[in-house]
Amino acid sequence: MIDFGFTPLVASITDLDKANVNLAKQLTEQDPSFALCISCGSCSATCTAGQFTKFSFRVMCHQIRKGNAKEAIAEASKCMLCGKCTLACPRNVNTRNIISLVRKAQTTTP
Amino acid sequence: MTKTVAIIGGGVAGLETAKQLNSLGYSVKLFEKTNTLGGHVAKWDRLFPNKRHASEVVSSLTLSQGNTQTLTETTVHSIKRENQGFVISANSSNHEADAVVLATGFELFPAEKKEEYGYGLFENVITSADLEQMFKKHGKPVMASGHKPVRIAFIHCVGSRDEKVNRPYCSKVCCVTAVKQAIEVKEALPNSEVFCFYMDLRTFGPGYEDLYKEAQSKGVTFIRGRLSESSEIEGGRVLIKAEDTLASTPLKMSVDIVVLMVGMSPLRSTNKLATDLGLSINADGFIAATDLHTNPTGTATNGVFVAGACTGPNNITDTVNAAKATALDVHNYLSR
Amino acid sequence: MKLEGKRKIWNEYQKDIADDKYFYVRSCIRQAVFPGSENTYLRIMRDVLKKDVHESAHHTTCTGIGYHTEVVPFETIQTVVARNFALMREAGYENYTPSCVTSFGIYTEILDTWHHFPEEKKRTAEYLKKATQRDFQEPGNMAHTSDIIYKFRHQIAEKAKYKLVNRITGLPLKVVDHIGCHYAKMFPEKGIGGAEHPHVLAGLIEAFGGEVIDYPERRHCCGFGFRQYFIKANRGYSIAASKKKFESMEPYQPDLILTNCPGCNYFMDRWQYALAEMEGKTYDTQGNGIPVLAYEELAGLMLGFDPWEMGLQMHQVGIETLMDKIGIPYNLSEKYKGAKGEDLGVPESPRNIKFYK
Ligand SMILES: Cc1cc2nc3c(=O)[nH]c(=O)nc-3n(C[C@H](O)[C@H](O)[C@H](O)COP(=O)(O)OP(=O)(O)OC[C@H]3O[C@@H](n4cnc5c(N)ncnc54)[C@H](O)[C@@H]3O)c2cc1C
Ligand code: SF4
Ligand code: SF4
Ligand code: SF4
Ligand code: SF4
Repeated sequence: MIDFGFTPLVASITDLDKANVNLAKQLTEQDPSFALCISCGSCSATCTAGQFTKFSFRVMCHQIRKGNAKEAIAEASKCMLCGKCTLACPRNVNTRNIISLVRKAQTTTP
Repeated sequence: MTKTVAIIGGGVAGLETAKQLNSLGYSVKLFEKTNTLGGHVAKWDRLFPNKRHASEVVSSLTLSQGNTQTLTETTVHSIKRENQGFVISANSSNHEADAVVLATGFELFPAEKKEEYGYGLFENVITSADLEQMFKKHGKPVMASGHKPVRIAFIHCVGSRDEKVNRPYCSKVCCVTAVKQAIEVKEALPNSEVFCFYMDLRTFGPGYEDLYKEAQSKGVTFIRGRLSESSEIEGGRVLIKAEDTLASTPLKMSVDIVVLMVGMSPLRSTNKLATDLGLSINADGFIAATDLHTNPTGTATNGVFVAGACTGPNNITDTVNAAKATALDVHNYLSR
Repeated sequence: MKLEGKRKIWNEYQKDIADDKYFYVRSCIRQAVFPGSENTYLRIMRDVLKKDVHESAHHTTCTGIGYHTEVVPFETIQTVVARNFALMREAGYENYTPSCVTSFGIYTEILDTWHHFPEEKKRTAEYLKKATQRDFQEPGNMAHTSDIIYKFRHQIAEKAKYKLVNRITGLPLKVVDHIGCHYAKMFPEKGIGGAEHPHVLAGLIEAFGGEVIDYPERRHCCGFGFRQYFIKANRGYSIAASKKKFESMEPYQPDLILTNCPGCNYFMDRWQYALAEMEGKTYDTQGNGIPVLAYEELAGLMLGFDPWEMGLQMHQVGIETLMDKIGIPYNLSEKYKGAKGEDLGVPESPRNIKFYK
């Protein structure tokens, strides 16, 4: 191999042909409310964790839907389980349960 | 013999139905529980999409009533079927009619139910309906202290699209109302800063998108995020929190006035009238149409018709159109 | 602020609380960090209010902290909870009163789970039977101990020796309340006053003549979290949550922070010390910090209990300023003496926050 001093960049776009959305499917089966989010941001606005870290329940769910399960699972550990988001959600998404399921997915999802 | 039609509700729906049936030669009795005609529209200052004065619409409808017998301060408590017609009891007297039109409209979502928003607690948290009153009285928004506000935030979808308060539907008119009111604030107080917090901006009618563009060009800031909570701070100002979802960061800001865009809720007292007459109520709590596409104004009970916002959130145009359709349905029924 | 609006909300969120005959379960955190406070509660209940409060030496932790850090599985915690319920019925009681807000949240959540998923309850009953030969029944009534103090607040205030009033100016003292997240955020209808504008502590402050101060970050979490505090690398995030609250209450210069959760009581207190030593700042004007008390500690003080007998020397932020404002006498030379007068040793003095010895 020759070192040209540069390498081709890796595509950073979301490629839905290659995305692994297994976790999204699994979560929707375990808790159908996972599918009902309308990305309003009420959960993340009120979230204790999101005030000091990049954590956002909304973004985490979105990442899972786009196939970025790994990053999402790592994020889930930041939640304090305080329950404020459950109170705020206009779509009755069972947020705390979804966090628990994502945390469990750590050990169970291929 | 001239047939009699009883119309319950003197809002734009009831007024338009009465006007049409009058010109078709029926004897019309219009029942209105308050002391004025025009319903909610009589409480608005200027209307979307063209900022014309609401009073013009109300007076043009009231002045074209002809022989309509209007009974204001008359609340209809029950309607019973008797022989071929109906007996309407209102204010402890009975009235007979051959057909009945329910045009009882809606009620504003009681904003204090969203406890985290602080309506009824914080003096500078008001509703869109309160703001219309301010425009009528002062031509501009004013803080409870009488001071001029500098920063105003409009909060969309209060009591709409919210399962937590059992109002899962979209109220249709509040996005464009917020856009209209934001423009009016900018016109009345050019140095003010105006923000709209929305989840989706639904400005679907003729001229509505133009209002949206006008608001943008007048400097209104649109933030895609829903209010999570508000708190009162010094001077009665209000601290609000939302997520700026396009930037994926939580956001907070302090404002002088928060305007809650309250949704159109079903009027609870209508449900009793409707169910007594054998009508059904839809999942959102409004009177259900017999056929959403081909018979939106008819009901399952012969001789009973519906018009306007008692069937769901609507603007004035759709309400008046429904009223015209209802009048024709009543005419067909009475001349069968 | 329109007070009528608040009163309306408060009236809507009231709950049934039993009158007497309570089964009492202790809190692990409270036992460990404020060892006198459980006893203070029992003294108020038994000696002042003459109530029957029963404790079982066999009751255990609810395992809530383990559950929230994913060490204890849901099946296990349900079984442990069922066992505590079984002990209560065996002792002939049906009114369950946990002293910890985390526990209260756990019990409420599990009862709700059993309501919606009866199969979980059935499975728990089987596990309990296999493990301990016990049968259990759900409590007839369940209330957090702060609910109980709330219920009897007027009776306690009538018997109180002191008021939350500045002795010199005659003005009410300014108090901010901090409610534990798991008290009502998950189930607002289970909390007095709901989740947004709780009355459980505000009512107590009013009864003792103090002024309730609303500050913007009142609803924010104290930052305990679970794995957020227990893992040292995450503590910066835990302390930041409390700091956010202190910054938000600072302009109102409160005389006292009142809490109803042992964890919050601990963090609102200790993080003031840590922030003073890290950043050289306290959030009052005297370099003392803002005193922090739990509801039963406040009730005890108002009733005239000896502060050192109640264990108030275990607070890092000195309570002395508060006692001085009210005019409660105390003897500093007894602060670090044991129950039999033995010398317990004076702790090392912090550098940036006032310390009374
Ligand atoms: C904040 C806000 C701003 C709006 N601005 C605009 C706008 O700018 N342009 C626009 O096109 N639309 C606007 N709308 C929508 C408009 O208000 C409705 O389309 C319209 O009010 C519907 O008319 P209605 O007659 O069906 O109902 P209503 O206006 O509710 O009238 C119903 C009437 O029936 C009476 N009534 C009810 N029950 C009884 C009873 N049992 N006995 C006797 N009388 C009874 C009531 O007192 C009332 O007068 C706005 C809505 C809101 C919420
Ligand atoms: S439960 Fe977790 S995600 Fe929800 S608000 Fe609390 S910390 Fe944030
Ligand atoms: S509050 Fe509910 S609907 Fe809104 S972003 Fe969060 S999960 Fe989605
Ligand atoms: S019209 Fe707009 S503000 Fe009103 S409910 Fe629909 S989306 Fe929300
Ligand atoms: S044009 Fe159609 S798709 Fe676009 S916003 Fe309007 S209704 Fe929605």
